[in-house]
Amino acid sequence: MAITVDARGLSCPQPVLMTVTAIKSGGSDEITIMVDNETAKENVCRAAVGKGWTVANIRDETDGCGITIKKR
Amino acid sequence: MEGFKNFFAGRWGIISVGIIIGVLAPLLQKLGNPGNMGVCVACFVRDITGAVGLHRADVVQYARPEIIGFVIGSLIAAFMFKEFRPRLGSAPVVRFVLGAFAMIGALVFLGCPWRAALRLAGGDGTAIFGMLGLIFGIWLGTLFLKNGYSLGRAQQTHFTAGLMLPIFMAGLLFLTLVYPQVSGQAKNEMLFYSLKGPGSMHASLIVSLGVGLLIGFLAQRSRFCTMGAIRDFVLFRQMHLLSGFIALIVTALVFNFLVGQFHPGFQGQPVAHTMHIWNFAGMMLSGLAFCLAGGCPGRQLFLAGEGDGDAAIFVLGMVFGAAFSHNFGLASTPKGVGPFGIQAVVVGLLVCLFIGFTMRKRIA
Repeated sequence: MAITVDARGLSCPQPVLMTVTAIKSGGSDEITIMVDNETAKENVCRAAVGKGWTVANIRDETDGCGITIKKR
Repeated sequence: MEGFKNFFAGRWGIISVGIIIGVLAPLLQKLGNPGNMGVCVACFVRDITGAVGLHRADVVQYARPEIIGFVIGSLIAAFMFKEFRPRLGSAPVVRFVLGAFAMIGALVFLGCPWRAALRLAGGDGTAIFGMLGLIFGIWLGTLFLKNGYSLGRAQQTHFTAGLMLPIFMAGLLFLTLVYPQVSGQAKNEMLFYSLKGPGSMHASLIVSLGVGLLIGFLAQRSRFCTMGAIRDFVLFRQMHLLSGFIALIVTALVFNFLVGQFHPGFQGQPVAHTMHIWNFAGMMLSGLAFCLAGGCPGRQLFLAGEGDGDAAIFVLGMVFGAAFSHNFGLASTPKGVGPFGIQAVVVGLLVCLFIGFTMRKRIA
């Protein structure tokens, strides 16, 4: 089951910390992280790739964007 | 435009920004800025505080155009790349307090992380203790982050709210242009200008402003942050921001060496003292405060330029801290710490620990 993490409105490094925590929890092979700024988007993608995951999709929405990452 | 945007977010982007700052900062020193102070965000915000008379230390009063450029340059980049996002409301008063104590700590050491790097690159051995203190303070901050420390979410706000600090800086630039320094006078109708000391040493307005704008622009694109550099390495073993910070130090070192600005030693370094414990402790306080606030002083200026009202509050906190430091003897001088510098560091650490321990919530 896919996990969704809402990191909107939070400043760095919290979006990355939440992403890493979700990855470590091992609960899912697919996680969607909601962020609302470019810096968090870049940092979350960089952290996911660093952990050996792939960025499967980045979906722009009115109040931010959803980054879907998948376990490789 | 997209390729340009992606370039600065990448590894070589951040390294090239570090190299560019590593050239420009010592160049500003060559062109008139104080020793090992080509760029110092804390010192320069303090100088601005003095220029508008909020403190009366007559050796550190000058409306530094670099700082104005940092904010406006970031604003320009944010508008160009559609990243201007007015936001506010993540514990602003706590950010104000953190800004004040970050400044107080920096003025005990005599420099922010930017200047700690430039002091190292100029051969100032006393900066080693400051740099170690910075790393230790940031490490302390990461312990809080790991345990759920959070200042909470920011909200989207009015366009105008995001413009407050850029407007303040534009106003300061206007005053500087309308009320330029009168030779030999410490004050014109509006602004204070140091006649001696570090505040009297500066590159020309146009050069300082131009360099500030360029650095502001590049730093907004690359998210350059000296605190984040160390924090991300400690937290995630991530080298991204750190590679930019190291590039800055190495480039500045080489540049200083080539132009004869490298003077290795511990004694008699420009605008520095040799009370090593307090060099360490001052920067430890700063590092902790920056970490709890999510960015080094430069990054706070760049964030304020892209509409982050909480970062703007942090900057105003730094102004408050600078005024306090110089009005009440907290700031160090080349002779050593000020009469109340040690007490201020202890109080600052207690306040930061209180904030760190109490502002927690489950983030997972």
